[in-house]
Amino acid sequence: MRGFWAVYKKELYSFWSSPIFYVVAFVFFVLCGYFFYSDVAYYSMISFRAMQNPFMAEQLNITNMVIRPFFLDLSIVFLLLSPLLTMKLYAEERKSGTIELLLTYPISDGALVWAKFFGVVTIFLFLLVGTLPHFFVLEYLTDPNWLVIAACYGGILLMGASFISLGLFTSSLTQNQIIAATLSFGALLGFWIISWMGSIAQSTTWKRFFEYFSITHHVEPFTKGLVDVRHIVYYLLFVAFFIFLTRRRIDSYRWHG
Amino acid sequence: MIEAIDLTKFYGPIPAIRDVSFTVARGEIVGFLGPNGAGKSTTIKILTCFMPPTSGTARIDGIDCLENSLEVRRKIGYLPEIVPLYAEMTVQRFLRFCAEAKGIPAKQIKREIDRVVSLCGLSNVENRIIGHLSKGYRQRVGLAQALIGNPSVIILDEPTIGLDPAQIVEIRELIKSLAGKHTVFLSSHILPEVAQTCQRVVIINKGQIVATDTPENLTKQLQRTRQVRLMFDSSVPVEKIQDVMKDIDGVTGFSPANGDGKTWIVETDPDVEVRPALAKAVVESGLGLVEMRSIDLSLEEVFMQLVTEEVVQADESEVQS
Repeated sequence: MRGFWAVYKKELYSFWSSPIFYVVAFVFFVLCGYFFYSDVAYYSMISFRAMQNPFMAEQLNITNMVIRPFFLDLSIVFLLLSPLLTMKLYAEERKSGTIELLLTYPISDGALVWAKFFGVVTIFLFLLVGTLPHFFVLEYLTDPNWLVIAACYGGILLMGASFISLGLFTSSLTQNQIIAATLSFGALLGFWIISWMGSIAQSTTWKRFFEYFSITHHVEPFTKGLVDVRHIVYYLLFVAFFIFLTRRRIDSYRWHG
Repeated sequence: MIEAIDLTKFYGPIPAIRDVSFTVARGEIVGFLGPNGAGKSTTIKILTCFMPPTSGTARIDGIDCLENSLEVRRKIGYLPEIVPLYAEMTVQRFLRFCAEAKGIPAKQIKREIDRVVSLCGLSNVENRIIGHLSKGYRQRVGLAQALIGNPSVIILDEPTIGLDPAQIVEIRELIKSLAGKHTVFLSSHILPEVAQTCQRVVIINKGQIVATDTPENLTKQLQRTRQVRLMFDSSVPVEKIQDVMKDIDGVTGFSPANGDGKTWIVETDPDVEVRPALAKAVVESGLGLVEMRSIDLSLEEVFMQLVTEEVVQADESEVQS
């Protein structure tokens, strides 16, 4: 992993000094704030009604009605925004010619790919940490289950990492950042809506098949507080597969110039 | 130090370079000369491990570029043709990244940055953002990143392109100062530059090496006729010149250099020293001689000859087949 730290630090630096990051963070926090507000507002509306209706009171559950929807909303927000963070990773280096530096420095190809990947993962982690105050507010108002919240963060982090690996790959395909972002956005959307195919599939085999491939389907158990190795494996395989494709792509770039 | 053996590179069906072979000894400054599109950058990209050759071997300090690429990359400092810089970084931050990426120990990084900054004259822009620098400074930052870590081999692809004359002189002086301590291989399509900075020249045309020698030897070899320039104080008619020249052994022809008839170019056989006889004859004829000077073929002319000869030969073989 020669050169990993140098590239990793460079990636973080280039995020801190780029307006894209600040715009993405701004939009992300505004939307998250809005979703949190609407989830809590909905919950309080339901609890007022439950005062008159004892049947409804049974369904009141802060995990199911605030935490879960909030993390599912958050996953969609990041699905829409992650291509903007990943689009420049390779596309910009190729456009500006700096890829020639990176590929002629004593940095192994593996270190280069992983450093770029973990660079954006760190940025995503930063965004996630920024959503923590919402739960402090929740802690002040009521008594949320922090273990469930931790499971949610873990699941969302894995899912975000797989979005990032896909974005990294599409960025290696082209010099044009808009094309890279569009491709990764299209692919991510495809991986999301494939679960809808599952709901209209005739046989259970097909239903399972489609659901298995859905990138957002696997995050749902985490939002229930369920940490299942199968879903962790899915995300890790997803990341490994796209990192592998990216490395092949860089190899072919070397051969063809 | 640098060995290229039968390097061939195809882009699809089109060969960019064919059987390119040359060597560069330790401490030498060698120029790589060729018209645009001759295959200079392709050869350089193979030597710097940026891309593998279709066939052939490239070795730096005896290490194969393909088999042990990381090891080779540690030994070279490379300035690509389009100077690759991170525009959002300051000079200082960029050089720090370069030093870290090249694996320079953390303790030496600061000293190493200071060294290349003063070597490349970047002290007054150290904390400026690269995107705001002028072309000349960016070129120097590019050179600084190539020199950081004191690599034994320095490969520069068109290092003075786009610079103003004063900057070109500075960069050339800098390159010359690297001789001995570093092995320098620099490409260019500007001939005087190579003639001034390099000890040896490799000339490439259409993907093939056409000549390898010192600039002086190349000019000597290709000088089939020697020319002597004569200048008189007043206009001289053709008949008069003919009259003087006819008795001198070795003169093969003469022609007026310009319209006023004062200056004449005399072509002579390169194996015969005609100048004493010529001087004597001119003085005896009573013409007012102002100047007599032998003209050396410039590297530019040698280059043109080599490159055009190739074309003529190629055309001939096409006709024959």
